[in-house]
Amino acid sequence: MAIFSAVISVVLGLGLSFLIFWLFNWIVEKQQDRTKARLLPYVFLFPVIVLVAVFLLYPALRTFVESFMEQSKRRGEGATFVGLDNYISLFTDPNFLGVLLNNLLWVIVVPASAVLIGLLIAILTDRLGKRREQSFKAMIFIPMAISGIAAAATWRFIYFYAPPGNPQIYLLNAVWTRLTGNDPVPWLTIDAARVNSFLLMFIVIWLQVGFAMVLLSAAVKGVPEETIEAARLDGANERRTFLLIIVPQIRGTVLAVFVTVTIFVMKSFDIIYGMTGGQYNTSVLVVDFYSQLFSFQNPGKAAAVVIILMIAVVPLIVYQIRSYKSQEELR
Amino acid sequence: MTVTPTPVANPPRKTKRRNNAGAEQEKPHVIITIIMGIIAVAWLFPLVGLLITSLRSKADVDATGWWTVFLNPFGQDWTVQAFGDAWDALDAGTTFWNSAAVTIPATVLPVMIAAMAAYAFTFLQFRGKEIYFAVILGLMVVPIQIAVIPILQLFVWFGNATGIPIIGQYPAAWIVHATFAMPLAIYILRNYMSTLPNSLIEAARVDGASHFQIFWRLAVPMSVPALASFAIFQFLWVWNDFFVAYLFIQSGPNQVLQQGLYSLLGQYGQGWQRVAAGSFIVLVVPLLIFFLLQRFFVRGLTAGAVK
Repeated sequence: MAIFSAVISVVLGLGLSFLIFWLFNWIVEKQQDRTKARLLPYVFLFPVIVLVAVFLLYPALRTFVESFMEQSKRRGEGATFVGLDNYISLFTDPNFLGVLLNNLLWVIVVPASAVLIGLLIAILTDRLGKRREQSFKAMIFIPMAISGIAAAATWRFIYFYAPPGNPQIYLLNAVWTRLTGNDPVPWLTIDAARVNSFLLMFIVIWLQVGFAMVLLSAAVKGVPEETIEAARLDGANERRTFLLIIVPQIRGTVLAVFVTVTIFVMKSFDIIYGMTGGQYNTSVLVVDFYSQLFSFQNPGKAAAVVIILMIAVVPLIVYQIRSYKSQEELR
Repeated sequence: MTVTPTPVANPPRKTKRRNNAGAEQEKPHVIITIIMGIIAVAWLFPLVGLLITSLRSKADVDATGWWTVFLNPFGQDWTVQAFGDAWDALDAGTTFWNSAAVTIPATVLPVMIAAMAAYAFTFLQFRGKEIYFAVILGLMVVPIQIAVIPILQLFVWFGNATGIPIIGQYPAAWIVHATFAMPLAIYILRNYMSTLPNSLIEAARVDGASHFQIFWRLAVPMSVPALASFAIFQFLWVWNDFFVAYLFIQSGPNQVLQQGLYSLLGQYGQGWQRVAAGSFIVLVVPLLIFFLLQRFFVRGLTAGAVK
């Protein structure tokens, strides 16, 4: 039965969309030439404008307004304007400050590690023959195809905890008890020095290195041979050639990869939610948004959390637009 | 995974591969091969563990770590029992098709809509074009969470007003996924279309073709590589998505695979081998796509970079 309803929905959904498209086409073709030229761009843009306006811009605005409101606890009663109360109560809450700290750590550690490891692999594989290069890269790349929830499942086999006396079937604790002779440690609950957050970050690094590697590898191959030859002729060793010749020429890509991974990290919810549910001080903004909204039933505060997240990504927006502009000028 | 195509400051030039020209390259690079081999094996280690665990019996899984099978591969109680159990626990006979019903339109629709917009941004003149495009670029970064609550409210309101419930149905996920894919899709496709020869479009105009004809007969067929790359990404993204499904499909008859896996994660008391097997069932489609279409996949990653 499931397959039938699935097929029917797919056919209907796609069919309806194409019908709408065809209808517009037909209407515009009926118009006079001059109106046609003026209308045409908007016909092409119409679906995008509708989607983005109704399901992105308008909701974003609503969220902004909602972040200044407090929903009444009683059913059926509306929200009241509370000014900056939601923000004030967030910023005076040590838990939320912990969330901000976590988010900051995530945004610093994960992109930097992904870029460094990706660059290392890109450079190492660049020196191998084509066949070996391709197969190593494919192996590093595989985790990119994995969903956040599946990654969480995979890493539970490494990070979970079995009490002392039980067989240590989780890798990290098996290694730990064998090496140190100590009792096993419930790693994911250890928030001292944010150990648990770093363990979770490692999962995202594992997922993202493949992406960094592919782009950085393309950039490294794009460095003109002559510049490297010239450096070698001048007697520069490998390290100096790399630091002074290759790195400056791939800086743009490094930055771009850094930004892209940062965006991914800011949005990734599944892994933390699948591993700890944001407990034990592992929460970040997107997870805290979810807890505020559903666990604490506080949409106003949830909206404030997401507005704070939004403010945090503004520099990235500026970067996107500026890098696009400079790219256009190169054309 | 969100992949923003990344501009590369210096477009890749034709360079001789460093390792097939010159004299110093014929070294076998044994050390590098060994180092890379170690890294690559370490990288796949967690997945190997997952696969091995899924093929063991509950008694074995509870008694010893999966890595011990390497010491005694024949003394194990190998079984595919867990896959059957996990299939039932995931309700995969239903959730698999639900995943497909969510993913296919949520891939096709944004690709087509974005292609139209990209065509307008590339070949048509209209006022405020640059500003609109800057808005699109900015929206690429905007987190989906900012829109979640009002969209939910909007769907509830629509359901009450018309009697047609949207939440819990496939179209809720289509709309949300399509909207949030739009900025990136437009960006990738516009970048690609702006490399198409303008003279060809001009020639078609002179011959009296309308923009709709040019779009369908010239622009779309010529942009197939970019369309395919983006479609693969979007497909993987939606198939692997948990957040949107969790909020907009919710638990019910239309649950998708990732939701099934999430509830399976909570049932590890009934044996880790089920969780492992379930993860593999969920992974099959992305891995297949990944291996079969790797060329497009990698090209999509570098879409912004390689012109």
